[in-house]
Amino acid sequence: MITVSDLRKVYQQDGKDVVALDGVSLEVPTGKIHGIVGHSGAGKSTLVRCLTLLDQPTSGTVAVNGKELTNVSTDELRNARRRIGMVFQHANLFDSRTTEQNVAYPLELGGMPKAEIDAKVAELLELVGLTRFAKGYPSQLSGGQRQRVGIARALATDPDVLLCDEPTSALDPKTTDEILDLVKKLRDRLNITVLIITHEMHVVKQACDSVSLLEGGKIVEHGNIEQVITNAEGTLASTLLPLPGDAPRIEGEGPILDLLYTGGQATQPVISSIARLFNTDVNVLAGSVEQLGNQQYAHLRLQLAPDADLDAIVNHLKSTGIAVTVKGAK
Amino acid sequence: MDFFTPTVLKAVGQATVETLQMVLISGVITVIIGLLLGILLHVTGKGGLAPVRWLNAILSTVIVNITRSVPFAILMVALIPFAAMLIGTALGPIAASVSLTIGTVPFFARLVETALRDVSAGKVDAALVMGSTKLQTIRKVLVPEAMPGIISAVTTTLVTLIGYSAMAGLVGGGGLGRLAYNYGYVRYNMPIMLATIVIIVIMVQLVQVIGDAIARKVDHR
Repeated sequence: MITVSDLRKVYQQDGKDVVALDGVSLEVPTGKIHGIVGHSGAGKSTLVRCLTLLDQPTSGTVAVNGKELTNVSTDELRNARRRIGMVFQHANLFDSRTTEQNVAYPLELGGMPKAEIDAKVAELLELVGLTRFAKGYPSQLSGGQRQRVGIARALATDPDVLLCDEPTSALDPKTTDEILDLVKKLRDRLNITVLIITHEMHVVKQACDSVSLLEGGKIVEHGNIEQVITNAEGTLASTLLPLPGDAPRIEGEGPILDLLYTGGQATQPVISSIARLFNTDVNVLAGSVEQLGNQQYAHLRLQLAPDADLDAIVNHLKSTGIAVTVKGAK
Repeated sequence: MDFFTPTVLKAVGQATVETLQMVLISGVITVIIGLLLGILLHVTGKGGLAPVRWLNAILSTVIVNITRSVPFAILMVALIPFAAMLIGTALGPIAASVSLTIGTVPFFARLVETALRDVSAGKVDAALVMGSTKLQTIRKVLVPEAMPGIISAVTTTLVTLIGYSAMAGLVGGGGLGRLAYNYGYVRYNMPIMLATIVIIVIMVQLVQVIGDAIARKVDHR
């Protein structure tokens, strides 16, 4: 479990204070994968640097399994850092070392005997499926393979938390999915807490149990995927489950509704039930239905007949657990 | 037409040995001191592992920049009393090595600093995040990652030293520089002049070829 409370970071730039993090708090339970999304400049990089204490936060705390990383001596911090494994965007492997020597690096620091290191490294390379590249150098590996080495290295010290900083942003879509599948597999096997910082919504959809949206150094939206995707007021819902293409031009008259729903409701015949119960016509303007994890999610844009009983229909939909926003009526 | 009398051959041999002595002694000491100075310059610099502003300013401005600004020919002459004090004599290859070392250490240190700067900050971050001490980061990550650049710097420095050693030869150091001056300039003995040139060209080529081969061997980028 990783707990971040009220993390603030203020930089000095040209004599002026720049607030990069403005009170970030979050908690990720053990065994969960949490995504932190945000555009560039939202404070993602600063957050990563503060979580690993590469930069000292101005105030606030970071704790792994209840043990604080902030406000400890440099010696303690070095040990504390071994409880967080970090995966970087560009892997940051050491070119002068072979694959196995890269994975062995954090173990060498801990003064582990050579025989134990060799056994542990073999086990880790097996875990990420790179055993046959053990003697090769990073420059001989593909981007995805390098990232696998990076993950094996991050796991070498048996950390409680795996912190991934844009782990797939330099990879192609297929490799991205392979790496995310690996992260999920490792989470299942090691029951490790994973924090993924990314700007890719695809990563959140593919791998995360919960998500936070970082904007201007603050977490503006937060929750598990089901919560945020059915929160019609939030911006995450429409970015995670966007309607295809540009919003279609609205030709007819009549109120327009945006529906967000999940799981049980997604299997219900929503549209035909409106038509039947209220004896009216319903037109689908756009829609997107996706399977994320084990859940099905739907985002529909409907247009009702001009004379439809808007209030009654909205109330009916809400009573079945569907998030509804009325986009406008002529 | 017999320029290469046994006496002359012996002189050429001795001069070559003296030059090698100067280059080797000053080369080894330059690499040791220069490597440490280069690391110190990089680490104490802005954005380095352990920024110490005043120390970096002293090392950078006072020692490196000022020493590098003085032409070697002048520095060498100026250092004769210092070498005499240190070695007990101002003559011979060992005395010349003092000024050669002082002349090339700042040059080599700057090259090392540049090689270290080329190591991406991400690698240093990775080392720190994994719990390395600063010393471990320098020893196990920074220097090994910069090794191809450092090897090239050693090569360049040795080639420079061969050139400087010829100059040092003129003011008491002996070696091929002295030989070329005595025979080639004073007596206008062209064959001996050419012989020294050929020997020096071979030396430089050997250093370059061996240096490049080692650099390739350690470069896994």
